[in-house]
Amino acid sequence: METKETIQVNSENVFNVEDVSVSYGEFVAIKNVNMDIAKNKITAFIGPSGCGKSTLIRTFNRMNDLILGTKVKGTINYQGVDLYDKMVDPVQVRRRIGMVFQKPNPFPKTIKENITFGLKVNNMTDNMDERVEKALTQAALWDEVKDDLNKNALELSGGQQQRLCIARTIAVEPDTILMDEPCSALDPVATKKIEDLMQELVKEFSILIVTHNMQQASRASDYCAFFTTKTSDDGKRRTGELVEFNETTVMFTNPEQDLTEQYISGRFG
Amino acid sequence: MENENHLRSQLTKTITRPIEKIVKFFITASAFAAILISISIVFTLLTEAINFFQDPAVTFKGYFTATRWTPTFQNPEYGVIVLISSTLYIAVIACLISFPLGLFSAIYLSEFATKRTRKVIKPVLEVLAGVPTVVFGYFALNWITPNIIQRFIPGTGVFNALSAGIAVGIMIIPTVASISDDALNAVPNSLRNGSLALGATRRITSLKIMFPAALSGIIASFILGFSRAIGETMIVTIAGGQYPELNLDPRSAMYTITSSIVNVSLGDTPHGTTAYNALFALGITLFIMTFILNIGSDYVARKYRKEYE
Repeated sequence: METKETIQVNSENVFNVEDVSVSYGEFVAIKNVNMDIAKNKITAFIGPSGCGKSTLIRTFNRMNDLILGTKVKGTINYQGVDLYDKMVDPVQVRRRIGMVFQKPNPFPKTIKENITFGLKVNNMTDNMDERVEKALTQAALWDEVKDDLNKNALELSGGQQQRLCIARTIAVEPDTILMDEPCSALDPVATKKIEDLMQELVKEFSILIVTHNMQQASRASDYCAFFTTKTSDDGKRRTGELVEFNETTVMFTNPEQDLTEQYISGRFG
Repeated sequence: MENENHLRSQLTKTITRPIEKIVKFFITASAFAAILISISIVFTLLTEAINFFQDPAVTFKGYFTATRWTPTFQNPEYGVIVLISSTLYIAVIACLISFPLGLFSAIYLSEFATKRTRKVIKPVLEVLAGVPTVVFGYFALNWITPNIIQRFIPGTGVFNALSAGIAVGIMIIPTVASISDDALNAVPNSLRNGSLALGATRRITSLKIMFPAALSGIIASFILGFSRAIGETMIVTIAGGQYPELNLDPRSAMYTITSSIVNVSLGDTPHGTTAYNALFALGITLFIMTFILNIGSDYVARKYRKEYE
């Protein structure tokens, strides 16, 4: 009955990260991360370039499997299940844990097909039109595109494309959405729309977001993790580390670590 | 004032830079040489072809309707349709071999192969592209025909369209594979990631996302492969035979445009005769066919190219 207990313990958390290190070949990108990611909250990963925050977020839906030579040590528990257990199918993992990428990457198909592709892949072919409308509405895009669902998605603006990518991700009803710097290619207006959207989506989904933008993290997230790089003694290797993980309000008003305080106030990074 | 004059004198053209001009001349000349050569080829073909059609024994109608190609016979007939149909027939056999094999190897190379396997297979494909066609010709005649064709279809002649078509097909696999592979590799990796992140398998990602996104390049590779099959000479001359009448039996010998050009030009056709001039009529016919295909491939590649950025 041990497993049952684990599930109960984790009921507030969607991920329990225990002593996770990720390496590509010889190069250790990030090491010894311990953290619990809360359910139905927005958790932001911040830190300077190369601190391994994008690498880490990709371990949560096993996207890093696709990069040859990647190794994950430690355990990532997803609602009580070890994601890196030998029996776990990465395809099934990705069906539950969706991902939105840095640059909008709609398929070169119609707006509607962008959504139905995921539905078909996941055998959700009943009430497709309703599902398309629901996803686009949730992604705050429906009103803008409802009259040209058969238009090629590449004709949309960058911000619309990114909301379409969010729509296609939520259409397959995941429970967690990973966002890897979703606004870095967008202008401030489009960024604002995505941030507002996140506040709506978090009622239904758990959201993890990697961001370069500290204002974004402070505005939009409930929890915040600050990573940085440490250079090895011989100066040859740089490895990412988790410095502080806290509630966002605490992190931005009264950080526990000096390093966090320096980064947030713009003195490095 | 003095400063201004000083500056003016410094900026005035004084040096002529002769090397600049010489280099520019040679570069321009090289660029135009290709055009000049093409024009003179077309001009030669056209003038001799016009001579051919001026022979009273030759008519445009006969050229396209007669069902025999016998320019060196006592009563010559010039039915180019015999040669065109043979050419297309063998080219189609070649495409049936090369399109699926070429496309599948491209999909395998770009979507499934690990870097290590790719490192092995890609050069092997390129070696295949470097094999002289005369080798393929004798391979078809001395190996494919006896070991495959005659074993499974007894009674097939030594020279037959099937064997030639298969060899031409093998010859153009690298063309199709390498251009399709380039097309698939040109599709941004972000599309692949987007699909996989939705829970699509590799198979679905490659067939439903990557393949359609690369379709323009893939079709272009098909057209180019077809065009190469039509222009292929050595294999069909060696293994395809010279059967000068219209027929559509793959077990029989056939007579393609290219192999009839080879045969007429082997030396026993006197210069200036109609049989000799017929070469050029065939040349221009072939030229027009491949020209249209190449333009078509270019058009498809342009028209259906998806803009990602």
